[in-house]
Amino acid sequence: MPSARTKPGATRARLIFGDLWEFDPAPETADPKLRPRYDLFIGGRFVRPRSGRHFDSINPANERKLAEIALAGPADVDAAYRAATGAFRSWSALPGRERGKYLFRIARLLQDRAREFAVAETLDGGKPIKESRDFDVPMAAAHFFYHAGWADKLEYVAPGRSVAPLGVVGQVIPWNFPLLMLAWKLAPALAMGNCVVLKPAETTSITALKLAEILQDAGLPPGVVNFVTGAGETGAAVMGHPAAAKVAFTGSTEVGKAIMRQLAGTDRRMTMELGGKAANIVFDDAPIDQAVEGIVNGIYFNQGHVCCAGSRLLVHEPVAEQVVSKLKNRIRVLRVGDPLDKNTDLGAINSRAQLATIRRLVAAGVREGATLFQPPCQLPEKGFYFPPTLFTHVTQSHRIAQEEIFGPVLSVLTFRTVDEAIEKANNTPYGLSAGVWTEKGSRILRMSAELKAGVVWANTFNKFDPSSPFGGYKESGFGREGGRHGLLDYARIS
Amino acid sequence: MKRLPITKTPKVYIGGAFVRSESARTFKVSGADGAFFGNIPQCTRKDLRNAVEAAAKAGPGWAKRSPYNRAQILYRLAEMLEARSGELVGSLVRFGAREADAARGMSVAVDRLIHYAGWADKYEQLIGSVNPVASPHFNFTVTEPMGVVGIIAPDSPPLLGLLSMIAPVIACGNTVVALASEKVPYPSILLGEMLATSDLPGGVVNLLTGFRRELVPTFATHAHLRAVYAAADAGERRALRMGAAESVKRVRFVDTAPDWFGESAQGLGAIRDFVELKTIWHPIGS
Repeated sequence: MPSARTKPGATRARLIFGDLWEFDPAPETADPKLRPRYDLFIGGRFVRPRSGRHFDSINPANERKLAEIALAGPADVDAAYRAATGAFRSWSALPGRERGKYLFRIARLLQDRAREFAVAETLDGGKPIKESRDFDVPMAAAHFFYHAGWADKLEYVAPGRSVAPLGVVGQVIPWNFPLLMLAWKLAPALAMGNCVVLKPAETTSITALKLAEILQDAGLPPGVVNFVTGAGETGAAVMGHPAAAKVAFTGSTEVGKAIMRQLAGTDRRMTMELGGKAANIVFDDAPIDQAVEGIVNGIYFNQGHVCCAGSRLLVHEPVAEQVVSKLKNRIRVLRVGDPLDKNTDLGAINSRAQLATIRRLVAAGVREGATLFQPPCQLPEKGFYFPPTLFTHVTQSHRIAQEEIFGPVLSVLTFRTVDEAIEKANNTPYGLSAGVWTEKGSRILRMSAELKAGVVWANTFNKFDPSSPFGGYKESGFGREGGRHGLLDYARIS
Repeated sequence: MKRLPITKTPKVYIGGAFVRSESARTFKVSGADGAFFGNIPQCTRKDLRNAVEAAAKAGPGWAKRSPYNRAQILYRLAEMLEARSGELVGSLVRFGAREADAARGMSVAVDRLIHYAGWADKYEQLIGSVNPVASPHFNFTVTEPMGVVGIIAPDSPPLLGLLSMIAPVIACGNTVVALASEKVPYPSILLGEMLATSDLPGGVVNLLTGFRRELVPTFATHAHLRAVYAAADAGERRALRMGAAESVKRVRFVDTAPDWFGESAQGLGAIRDFVELKTIWHPIGS
């Protein structure tokens, strides 16, 4: 360890954990119980796609094929909506108490198979096993459990008014938290008495189809939930289907806008959970070590594939040098590699296409004059990987300060006053989340009031709970997921 | 040769353990057929005080559990009850309930537990609030459990009544000392056995059996019981109110002639009555 007597300012030899000896591999070995081929889940059964086509789902960690996934065409989407429409009358007429029991069952069955699902999620999407194991899967189960309890309490959600389900809801979810986003979408819709047609992202369909097995085991009436798999065209068919009473979308702002245009002229209800470019703001009185952990968690969690990632670090000038130096030290010990290894901090980038996007934007950062920092790290030869990346000398006009990168890339900017921090934080078309680090409570509350973002984390980051509403301001979308607020977005109030 | 069955010694469930009354007193109960069934502990004031101590000890840990965790524990308890409902229904029938009524009561009791399991992580969003004060302050009101709550269950329905009263009180983080039906005490003994095999920590629910006339006065005056929830007649109500005045104890009575089987017997109200409200002011600025 460095000597305590080292003179201030002197460069010290720093011993980095893992430098002198290699970590032994610590692979998670639970069986993900994958099928070689997955069909569509319509009307409570797995059915072959009418398109007759399947596509490969690969493991982004090594580019090996995991399973074949059915490609749903318009006829399949039609069949899914027919099944959902057929199931709606009896499902919505069930007493809430009984609907809730199905959701409780789903939560419990998912908890039973948590490790199996975690491994499947990591294989399919590339996220570190410690995240799928400790976050994605338990949080998905928690969402089902939480909303199960609402099903018989709906009269409390809108006091003095009555609530009713909307009908069939079309839902399209992204690839960054496949099972969790599915739970966020399904649980409130079902608790309220709606039926669902859902399309997972084409690179990450497997856990949805595994969940279909749980829906069968739970005895959920056929047609209440239907999964159609495929890419953008299938998604457009789900969003545009005339039988949908509401559509809920989580994904990029670009696609969200396209859906809004597609549905203009209909009276379809919508929930949009879109992109973000969150500011993580560190004041000079912040607990610096805690803040550094929060910054790292804010941007490198799930390889930065997080719509609410703290991708812009705004740091108070008096502590900027200190924070950046501590950050670089912290980033040096992040472990990048095999997502199934329990020690891995950053797993694989979800797809080749996403890796190309990240590379393109990082190149733009360098070209526009920002200073790049990447720790030396050995990336696996096969698979899609990107090292944790930090840019200093970033200005507000740089693309890396404006555009959502959706990768492990942090842009560092500085500020001198509270007003300047607010101004810079809000200087974005997005408004999903923000972080504030300061020991001063009154400043946290002022910042919370001034930041135009749907979620503000104070002295913490990337925290989620089924009871806590999540969603954006401005071009980050509208509607909320979680809490009684999210539930209301699936209700007709009269 | 006919095998002679083993009869069970009924014991009350206090502090996570099965005990006899400290007084070693019992009272005899017989089944509806008049045949001797067993000797039930005739708990004393001292037993009640011991139970309050156990509940007070369990209180902080239970209150600190996350609402989600409390919800899952209540749900787990429902799982235990559903699986052993045959045994509970049998015990109700043995003491005079009609089979159909007992079975229905059992279903309602399990569903009611699940109802309150669901409330554990929801009532705060409905009872708590952010208050729009005129000054630059963030002002919000949150709930906290009261502490140890005394419950005096109705004689009938013995099990559904008891469970309907316990569930809301523990869902919001209180711990309980409950006096079971005097006329049909045995189902509460069985319930204790199921509580012990659920994930509920010992001491969160303590179940006493005995005579109301001996125990109601202590429920009324015990200063560490922060609230009493009672199915009581007019005389007992007066006694409870009188005693409660000494330590400004909260008292909630069950309606006269409640419909224990209906949905009116459950909801947010019973939770609201057993939480304190705490309002917090914090400046906004700089």
